[in-house]
Amino acid sequence: MRTALIVFGFALVVMGGSCQSEQEIDFQRYYSAGSVVFQQHCQNCHGNTGEGLSALMPPLTDSVFLRKNKADLACYLQNGLSSPIKVGPKVYDNKMPPSGLTPVEIAEVLTYVTNSFGNKMGTYNTETVEKNLKMCQ
Amino acid sequence: MKYLILAIAGIMAMSACTNTAKHTLPILGQRNAVTKTVNGKSEVDTVYQTIPKFKFINQHGDSISNKSLDGDIYVADFFFTSCPNICPVMHRNMLDVYHTFKGVGDFKIISYSIDPKHDSVNVLKKYADRLGVTGNSWWFLQGKKEDTYSLAKSYMVSAQEGVHDGYFILIDKQKRIRGSYMGTDPAEVKKLIEDIKILRAEPDQSIVQ
Repeated sequence: MRTALIVFGFALVVMGGSCQSEQEIDFQRYYSAGSVVFQQHCQNCHGNTGEGLSALMPPLTDSVFLRKNKADLACYLQNGLSSPIKVGPKVYDNKMPPSGLTPVEIAEVLTYVTNSFGNKMGTYNTETVEKNLKMCQ
Repeated sequence: MKYLILAIAGIMAMSACTNTAKHTLPILGQRNAVTKTVNGKSEVDTVYQTIPKFKFINQHGDSISNKSLDGDIYVADFFFTSCPNICPVMHRNMLDVYHTFKGVGDFKIISYSIDPKHDSVNVLKKYADRLGVTGNSWWFLQGKKEDTYSLAKSYMVSAQEGVHDGYFILIDKQKRIRGSYMGTDPAEVKKLIEDIKILRAEPDQSIVQ
């Protein structure tokens, strides 16, 4: 009986999975790859829950900031940041080094960050990243 | 069989508890036996490795030596403010230690910069401010590079040009090493906080060797 239930449950999950739209699959792919990139390149400074570090490292939890600067996020990652930024009430003027990530990795990690820690902004795909990178100041 | 395993596990868990209840911290590092003459009789005493003299400057511009730490238990680490990898993690965890013992008179945290060229007093002050560290319970020190690197060896950690260990070293009032914890691991830092409490409760803490 138990085995039958497990098999049934598994079948449901598989069926559910196969019903995912192309977009959802795309999102999952970016998001899970992004979580690995985040652990390797961002987590030390920004924290594993994106909480930042006092006034040294800005948090990644401010959806308002992320939305407002959405088109610039890819540039921050590619070129780093040396001018001060204001996140919520606080100004952060520490330097962020260039990440050395490829456009694909930037898209993945931005999808992860902008859909974690209380953020929900959908997929940030490679095409968008490449478009945004052309506009870097 | 199942019950036997359970019973063994139970006994192990219980003995683990009794172990921690009456726990004193080990004394780490080199030790030497010295023969002394006390009241005409010769006695053998153990001399433990201690932190040697040093002289550095803290984030307030004050001169800080080993003497400034007399009567204090302290935790030391090695870092530099522009370190991109392990330092933010170490100091995120060290903040827990800082906040736990902030109001305690005989406890300090000492962070030695391995990059004094960049980490001037001003840079260290700015770093401390941004980290949210005020007052004198956490000092960020800078001095001669060679002094820092050789002092690191006395703490049993490695520090050299641009590279350093991530250990937090617990030092008692007699300047002996009582524990070494991986500063990047929150679980080890939690243990450090518990060990500081054990060390503060140690009765012979005021006796200077």
